[in-house]
Amino acid sequence: MATARQTADIDLRTRLQDWLPKLVLSPSVAAILVFVYGFIAYTIYLSFTGSKMLPSYDLVGFDNYATLFGLSAWSTALINLSIFASLYIIICMAIGLLLAIFLDQKIRGEGLLRPIYLYPMALSFIVTGTAWKWFLDPGIGLEHTMHLWGWESFKFGWIKDRNMAIYTLVIAAVWQSSGFVMAMFLAGLRGIDNEMLKAAQIDGASNWQLYRRIVIPLLRPAFMSAFVILAHLAIKSYDLVIALTGGGPGRATELPATFMYSYTFTRNQMGVGASSAVIMLMGVAAIMVPYIYAELKEKK
Amino acid sequence: MSAATQDTAVRTGRITRTFIYVVLIFFALFYLLPFFIMMINSLKPLSEITAGNMMALPKEPTLAPWGAAWSTAQIGVEATGLKPYFLNSILMVVPAVAISTVLGALNGYILTKWRFRGDTVLFGLMLFSCFIPFQIVLIPMARILGMLGLAGSVQGLILVHVVYGIGFATLYFRNYYAAFPTELVKSAMIDGAGFFRIFWRIMLPVSGPIAVVCIIWQFTNIWNDFLFGVSFGGLNAQPVTVALNNLVQSSTGVKEYNVHFAAAILAALPTLLVYIVAGRYFVRGLMAGSVKG
Repeated sequence: MATARQTADIDLRTRLQDWLPKLVLSPSVAAILVFVYGFIAYTIYLSFTGSKMLPSYDLVGFDNYATLFGLSAWSTALINLSIFASLYIIICMAIGLLLAIFLDQKIRGEGLLRPIYLYPMALSFIVTGTAWKWFLDPGIGLEHTMHLWGWESFKFGWIKDRNMAIYTLVIAAVWQSSGFVMAMFLAGLRGIDNEMLKAAQIDGASNWQLYRRIVIPLLRPAFMSAFVILAHLAIKSYDLVIALTGGGPGRATELPATFMYSYTFTRNQMGVGASSAVIMLMGVAAIMVPYIYAELKEKK
Repeated sequence: MSAATQDTAVRTGRITRTFIYVVLIFFALFYLLPFFIMMINSLKPLSEITAGNMMALPKEPTLAPWGAAWSTAQIGVEATGLKPYFLNSILMVVPAVAISTVLGALNGYILTKWRFRGDTVLFGLMLFSCFIPFQIVLIPMARILGMLGLAGSVQGLILVHVVYGIGFATLYFRNYYAAFPTELVKSAMIDGAGFFRIFWRIMLPVSGPIAVVCIIWQFTNIWNDFLFGVSFGGLNAQPVTVALNNLVQSSTGVKEYNVHFAAAILAALPTLLVYIVAGRYFVRGLMAGSVKG
């Protein structure tokens, strides 16, 4: 009798132990399924409805998408994003690679320089935007200072110029993220086997050839990661635009993220706003899904 | 990490080295300049800024702009300074970071040491949630928070940040625990140790570094968040980033640049301090969030 009860006890305990992990995991899984994937499904659904100020459930097919791609504000946002994203990614990588290679030359004071390059990454984009907005303001910032220093003809009014304002966004964003890219490349460089480089050198390779032919190709994974991170950051850019230019002058710095917010919450075109969010998600998914898939497969 | 001992194969001449140092120092100045300018101008009276040179050191240094930014500056309709919003941010950040880190640790433990069918897919789903553009969840989140009665409350923001923080927290702990020998866990199981006992006695004692990485990452992200704060903060729960933006963008009255700068530095101070104190872990968190998925 006693032994039977004991076995039952143990049975219960093992079964509980079997279930416990799944039980503990379930709140997180439920939260992700509801708040991420459920919400995505809901927004996709809304993008096919005639929702205006409040969600409504009358399906209108692809009308919102047709409206969206007919809007000049949206095409402006897409063009701006393509300019911003490509320059942001290219310049961040160029600066990041340059600094990483230079820092890797047994530099005295590396321990001091590295954190200086990286600290902007700890700041909020709102803080970055506040600092740069003022620095770039011709009336009081850089242009004004140059005039005071006697360079009367110096002009730097990009932030007020419809054609140039998008580049100010690039400057501030590069300032914020390029140090991070440097850190990624530096980690990549430190992982390269030096013996291989020495062998190439004995064979008479110059420094330039060494980097061009051996080091940079070996950094492929770092390039890949940097690209993925920067590209998805660019698509999501919102705070910096709000703080630096507010999307202006005119619509010169409107990006999909600011478009989505204003159409959904201030212009009461929720259906159109939802469809723009879906397009943004598709952009991010196109970049992230293959990357995550590859990373997870590699792990197995 | 053996920067000093590693013998680099690349040999550089004196001129090249000078050039390298010049470039490195130039960039150091580039990164430091905006913050330096904010700092010196936050210590000037307004007249000195509008009449003078932004690069000049303050002639009559004053802490008045800092005082104003903290407690009397006009933000929105009230002249409260950043103080109440700073408090909102703290009330939001502390529980959100704590909860998401605990969940991340448990999830990582389960996904590596109590594996089951489909766990990789589940983790993939969690991982993707780290990178979604949050615009895709804004509309339903606004409705749900309204239905739960959490709209415009700190609790609502805590919920939002916990939910969207689970992914990264799980990622950190999973990758960290994956390297921890499963045999130790197995033998503890044979000795009769249960789920929580193993977590408590075996996993947790070795989790210090990754917990620091995770806490710093979540803290920085949540403190710096603007989109959720401006969407769901309402009037009473606005975090400091939203308040800073309202202060700087306000179109009424004289633009008090010195106060704006002091406010910007105040808003940046917590994450900056964390970075200065534990920068190593911050960098590790950044890398773990990107290089290794």
